[in-house]
Amino acid sequence: MLSIRNLKATINGREILKGINLEVKEGEVHAIMGPNGSGKSTLASVLAGRDLFTVTGGEVLFQGSPLLGLTPEVRARAGIFLGFQYPVEIPGVSMTSFMRTAINEQRKYRGLPEMSATDFLKLMRDKKALMEIDSALASRSVNEGFSGGEKKKNEIFQMAMLEPKLAILDETDSGLDIDALKTVATGVNRLRRPDNAMIVITHYQRLLDYIVPDFVHVLSGGRIVKSGDKSLAYELEEKGYDWIKEENEA
Amino acid sequence: MEPVSEKITLDNQLADWYFSNRDLLMSSSSSVFNSVRPAAMESFRKLGIPDASFENYKSTNIPKIFLSPLNRYIEEKKILFSVDDLFHCDIPELDTELVLIVNGWFYENRPRLQVLPGGMIVGSMAEAARQYPDLIKAHYSKYADYEKDGLVALNTAFAQDGTFIYVPRGAGSDRAVQIVNVLLSPEDLFVQHRNLVIVEEGATARVVVCDHSLSARQFLTNSVTEIYLGPNAHLDYVKLQNENDNCNQISTSFVHQERASDAIFNTITLHGGMIRNNVYTCLNGEGASNQTLGLSLVDETQHIDSYTFVDHAAPNCTSNQNFKYILDDKATAAFTGRILVQPNAQKTLAYQTNNNILMTSDARVSTKPQLEIYADDVKCSHGATVGQLDPMAIFYLQSRGISVREARLLLMYAFGHEILGKISVEPLRERLSDLVDKRLRGELSRCNSCPLHCQETC
Repeated sequence: MLSIRNLKATINGREILKGINLEVKEGEVHAIMGPNGSGKSTLASVLAGRDLFTVTGGEVLFQGSPLLGLTPEVRARAGIFLGFQYPVEIPGVSMTSFMRTAINEQRKYRGLPEMSATDFLKLMRDKKALMEIDSALASRSVNEGFSGGEKKKNEIFQMAMLEPKLAILDETDSGLDIDALKTVATGVNRLRRPDNAMIVITHYQRLLDYIVPDFVHVLSGGRIVKSGDKSLAYELEEKGYDWIKEENEA
Repeated sequence: MEPVSEKITLDNQLADWYFSNRDLLMSSSSSVFNSVRPAAMESFRKLGIPDASFENYKSTNIPKIFLSPLNRYIEEKKILFSVDDLFHCDIPELDTELVLIVNGWFYENRPRLQVLPGGMIVGSMAEAARQYPDLIKAHYSKYADYEKDGLVALNTAFAQDGTFIYVPRGAGSDRAVQIVNVLLSPEDLFVQHRNLVIVEEGATARVVVCDHSLSARQFLTNSVTEIYLGPNAHLDYVKLQNENDNCNQISTSFVHQERASDAIFNTITLHGGMIRNNVYTCLNGEGASNQTLGLSLVDETQHIDSYTFVDHAAPNCTSNQNFKYILDDKATAAFTGRILVQPNAQKTLAYQTNNNILMTSDARVSTKPQLEIYADDVKCSHGATVGQLDPMAIFYLQSRGISVREARLLLMYAFGHEILGKISVEPLRERLSDLVDKRLRGELSRCNSCPLHCQETC
């Protein structure tokens, strides 16, 4: 589904990604871990198409087609979803009009007619129930005045609405207490399907107790320095990131 | 010709027009208007049309818009049209009492004055001055100070007709009064109308004003509206400005509030060439509160200039001014907000905000707060921002599949929502929100989709 080959990216001339290689197939969940500043969030942003970063080398294929030349909205319509580490508050835009615009723009791209108001409201209702989202949340402005937990839950709710092929969840666990973390993880797990894939970016192993990955990769200094199965996450938790750094330097 | 002598010529022309028509004016009007006329004219001759030498008119070239040759009439030129052909209200839930004013004159598609259940009176200002001279006299020209502003003086000198609304003590219903000011003429026209809204003690009024042009001619409107709120009275006033861009408009409103009254005065500006809105508020009784709001979406070469003056003349009053502008293309805008807290007005809360979004580097806005505080136990604040749309928010929307264009529209719409959200009549709020959305999309051709749904006669 996703092939990242020797991807390099800079911000303000400073190289953050120094040659990333990653293969993600349908049905797989990949966890990317790493210390602060290792490039985890940059990788997520670059895949979603944020123009803050300049890609200086390598290529990314999504479902066999080059991804990097596309605008963020076209990537989203093609099936990529970014769950933000810091979801943006947009006062005045209701969740309903936000989601309706998003869904209809995506449908237009796929040559489908606009969703009727009735169908749309039914979809909202179903997904709210699935994600255990408070009804009132959907009538409020996008993320405005939401608690940290509500914002993250709202990201997963949007993911449920848009049904992406590839979801990249950027530190979805940051700022969550254990109860919120469980709710969010439960929501994510309900969206796992054999025909979609996820990249879960996290600093801590804790999240991976609830969203169990097929593969764990450790990002350090802009490169994936170690890959393994979920046991790698426990090893990291035990030994700390210094272990990876030392091992690399050795 | 030098600008100064141009202004003098203009002032003299307008004064000459008055003197050569004085007898006609006097004979066709009520003594209520006539008793103030000579003093107003005298004041106009001193002040003239305000140019940039007047501190309050630095941002807009008023003499310039008076210099185009426009037809002026003292007597009503009857314009015949079928109201049903032009309008049908497409907000059926919005059950309004309609007053139609064509080129400043009451349009007689219904009785000139109607007394509604509960005692509310709506209709023609000229007729009200004839039928209820004592009532009008108690308020007319009491709040609109013609000695300070030449445009108010000019309006007062020529005042003949406009809208009259009277809500007696304790009366009022949810039913809104809708005033539709239509400009409709085969020739370019100068229009002045004079309006009076009296909301007596404990009464409630909801007023919706829609300004429209139905002819692709050049119009200049110089209107004055006086509003009185008695103790504990409530007013919700929304003015929608949606004339064609050849129309220039000066609209001056005076809101006088007594004890514990509250008012929302909300101006939504969509289309129109050069627009100057003055809103003077006097909080004259303890515990009164006022919100003076504005949302303007302007593009091309439109110019919007808002001047507000809130006079805190009594203690424990609250005022909130909030003006938002979105400027595209080469549009220009100005906001001047003055707050005066008088020495006895302790425990005043007075806030003022002006936020602006500039869509291009050619758009310009100037914003100027003026706070004069003579009491020591008050809370006053003011703030202004000029900026672009938040790129992080645009990226967030894009990441959900929304195009940059749609993302910008959503954000602009959201920016205006704070003002639209204050409209208390729900069907009207929804309809105006829809209009704003259309305006942002560039789909609003002047007046084809106002709350009255004028047809394509523009």
